[in-house]
Amino acid sequence: MEYEVVIGLEIHAELATKSKIYCGCTTEFGGEPNTHCCPGCIGMPGALPVLNKAVVEYAIKAGLATNCEISHYSRQDRKHYFYPDLAKAYQISQCDYPLCRNGYLEIEVNGEKKKIGITRIHIEEDAGKLIHDEYGRGTFVDYNRSGVPLIEIVTEPDMRSSAEVKAFFEKLKAILEYTAVSDCKMQEGSLRADINLSVRPKGQKEFGVRTEMKNLNSIRAIVRAVEFEAKRQILELEYGGVIERETRRWDDVKGESYSMRTKEEATDYRYMPDPDLYPIYVDQEWIEQIRATIPELPDDRKKRFISELGIPEYDASIITASKPLADFFEAAAKESKNAKAISNWVMGDLMKKLNDTGLEPSDIPFAPGNLARLVSLIDENVISGKIAKQVFDIMWETGEDPADIVEKKGLKVVTDTDAIRSVIIQVISANPKSVEDYKSGKTKAMGFLIGQIMRETKGKADPQAVNRLLKEELDKL
Amino acid sequence: MEGSFLELTKLTALMAAEKIRKREISVIELTNAYLARIDELNGAIGAYITVCAEQALRQAESVQKKLDGRENILPLAGIPAGIKDNICTRDVKTTCASKMLDNFFPPYDAAVIEKLSESNVVILGKLNMDEFAMGSSNENSWYMPVKNPWDHERVPGGSSGGAAAAVASHMSCFALGSDTGGSIRQPASFCGVVGLKPTYGAVSRFGLIAFASSLDQIGPITRDVADCALVMNVIAGHDPLDSTSVDIEYPDYTTFLKNDVKGLKIGLPKEYFGSGLHEEVKAKILDAAKAYESYGAIIEEISLPFTEYAIPAYYIISSAEASSNLARYDGIKYGYRAKEYSDIIDLYKKTRSEGFGTEVKRRIMLGTYALSSGYYDAYYKKALKVRRLIFEDFQKAYQKVDVILGPTSPVTAFKIGEKTANPLEMYLSDVYTVSVNIAGLCAISLPCGFDSKGLPVGMQLIGKPFDEGTLIRAAYTYESNTGKSGVTNCGI
Repeated sequence: MEYEVVIGLEIHAELATKSKIYCGCTTEFGGEPNTHCCPGCIGMPGALPVLNKAVVEYAIKAGLATNCEISHYSRQDRKHYFYPDLAKAYQISQCDYPLCRNGYLEIEVNGEKKKIGITRIHIEEDAGKLIHDEYGRGTFVDYNRSGVPLIEIVTEPDMRSSAEVKAFFEKLKAILEYTAVSDCKMQEGSLRADINLSVRPKGQKEFGVRTEMKNLNSIRAIVRAVEFEAKRQILELEYGGVIERETRRWDDVKGESYSMRTKEEATDYRYMPDPDLYPIYVDQEWIEQIRATIPELPDDRKKRFISELGIPEYDASIITASKPLADFFEAAAKESKNAKAISNWVMGDLMKKLNDTGLEPSDIPFAPGNLARLVSLIDENVISGKIAKQVFDIMWETGEDPADIVEKKGLKVVTDTDAIRSVIIQVISANPKSVEDYKSGKTKAMGFLIGQIMRETKGKADPQAVNRLLKEELDKL
Repeated sequence: MEGSFLELTKLTALMAAEKIRKREISVIELTNAYLARIDELNGAIGAYITVCAEQALRQAESVQKKLDGRENILPLAGIPAGIKDNICTRDVKTTCASKMLDNFFPPYDAAVIEKLSESNVVILGKLNMDEFAMGSSNENSWYMPVKNPWDHERVPGGSSGGAAAAVASHMSCFALGSDTGGSIRQPASFCGVVGLKPTYGAVSRFGLIAFASSLDQIGPITRDVADCALVMNVIAGHDPLDSTSVDIEYPDYTTFLKNDVKGLKIGLPKEYFGSGLHEEVKAKILDAAKAYESYGAIIEEISLPFTEYAIPAYYIISSAEASSNLARYDGIKYGYRAKEYSDIIDLYKKTRSEGFGTEVKRRIMLGTYALSSGYYDAYYKKALKVRRLIFEDFQKAYQKVDVILGPTSPVTAFKIGEKTANPLEMYLSDVYTVSVNIAGLCAISLPCGFDSKGLPVGMQLIGKPFDEGTLIRAAYTYESNTGKSGVTNCGI
């Protein structure tokens, strides 16, 4: 039987505000355990929450950037459960009246465009962290993260494949980065996703029973978890089994998920409006003020890169998917006259370096201007494309200016025809067999001779000059 | 020496402050007098859980130093006060009269404590109460029950029983209590002193250990109405650290200390005089109404038809909020932790089973039930709707009258142990006080005589939101004309 996979996401993004959601403590990542805390965020008796206005603004910004309606009235609710990292034994979140609803993002997979619905975006506080002592002295709690503001973005069950999930997630991540709502550092846990997934026979209207996988913190893990879980559910059904409504944990090392708890064991969160906090009222004027601060978003930037800088659509989508990468590209392209070449470098060598080193585009170790100057050096025939790759590697290591590197290492193209001619004569006399082959019409021999010449000149000889001069010399014979 | 000490503790805050200003007495003398009184009586009454003798004397000395040679002296400077033990005091044990917080030393002061300190008030110690402010008799304290100073066989009321008993027996000049459903007014009435529950949002709750956040309010318990106004001047006001604090202009409450109720319209709700109200109490309240008429007030009968639903709505809302507010006592961060446990769930279960008393557990269970999925709409949501209707009852009444008069409690102080077997009967004794919290109004309880057993009877004046001024004026008029106040010695 053919199956259809149905996927919805719940994405938690830490907001990039300076202070926590209900107190003045810093949101900075790291820090000695329990040093970014106050009576409020460790749930001391008598402490009270005061909503950080910036949190509402950031969340509204995220809502506007994802085409949501902004609620003029929203409410903060307590979600109760016992866990040592949850200081008050309830999390302040939003239940029935979230700040944003009914949004969408448009994604493109294999050339097909599709809208993915966003059910809601609400604000809530993060919990602390348990630290299991490596020396077996027990479990400790670090409340530094307790009270860091989050938005939870809940999608409609509109995605049908891991490719769609990936496209949606990347798009959303880009928007959150562009709007500076979140720093989206997945390795620090500031962006993480829960996956709701079910399968159904193709054509069936009703949804199948869904499972939930929690806290996936890399795009790779999300894609693998979706593929694993879809396969698992289909196999289960194929062999006459049933899918249980349950929460599963993804083990990224083993590449499989396992059951955490079933629905029967599910907690009753006993939501109630938080009596310490009044409803949030947002008027249209405030919404418009926030709207005015939204910068150019990835889709618009992509269109502009295509039309203004003349780069291919594919390159433009890849580059604009990451704000720091797009910023890098744009800065380099603006300094150079050859945006297309910049785009090729970014799509090729730069991306490869990022992949190989695991660095983020924000960590590129040289300035965009250096890439622009590297491209100019090629375009002005100062160095060859091949040499340029060497220069690029050195730029990555040292951050030096490409012109300095070329100068220091003596990598300039040799255009001096006398010098090249003397090498050619030398190579011709050293390879009589090849010369004979050439004369007898085997044009391949020409390539071999060029290779020899380039080797002798360590790749620095101007290839055009080599070609022309070699022909001249061979014709003389 | 003993005699002069006793004389000093008889003074109201207003009178004592006057003597301090005139250099007739020193802050240290006054503080010592109270500490001696506490030494003498606290064993029998059990009003204080913690007495901060050393700290109080240090504070007294530093306040006296500040006052020496100064002309501008704050009205309450040097006055010793007791604080209910659910109000956080920096580095002074704050227990909520619970085993759960027997080892809790807050690292910060409640907003009201900061204000008292800035006003140079001397803090004598922390006052006994029903555990987590749940109770109407002070029998729910983990430490010891408080005795009514007028009759040691009887309860002082609750939950601010220690506060009312301390003020009545002159172990503190005034006290801060908290009122969630009558916890300031009912003990004030049982102990024959003045207790004011301010309008919700008038006094910062920052540092008040929450019972039911939407109902809790800190307020003064004093010997007379003038002291009540003085304390309100210090504690009322907007606090940005409490999101429910209301940002308005707060008046100088002493400007309402006027012997004048001419033309004031006072409503008597017929629902407050029906069955359940003790005849002797009823007679005293009707006497007070007549007295008001003789001072020129206009008495009108009014109706608050939703009164009968106030108790059930109150116990659902307050228990639901309590179940949430008290969830944080899990043995992880502070407070009591069970000695032995097998895992985290076991730690929670044992800590909470051993750390909380019976009444607290009862309310947590009630509240948890009311918030459970499937019951939320039937209980909690319904209770919120009733809350709205009760508020509207008052709104309608205040279109006709300026202030509402009735009993504070249907009975005078009952015997210790008399109602502990029947929690429901205990809950019903809150019938005249809970509506005020539900509707977020202000109300004052003041002495209006004694019953045939010689126990104080309290009457309650209920005001519009933020109209404490009218309550103070009406109460002051009655007090000035009848001479009835908490200044009366309770006989010990």
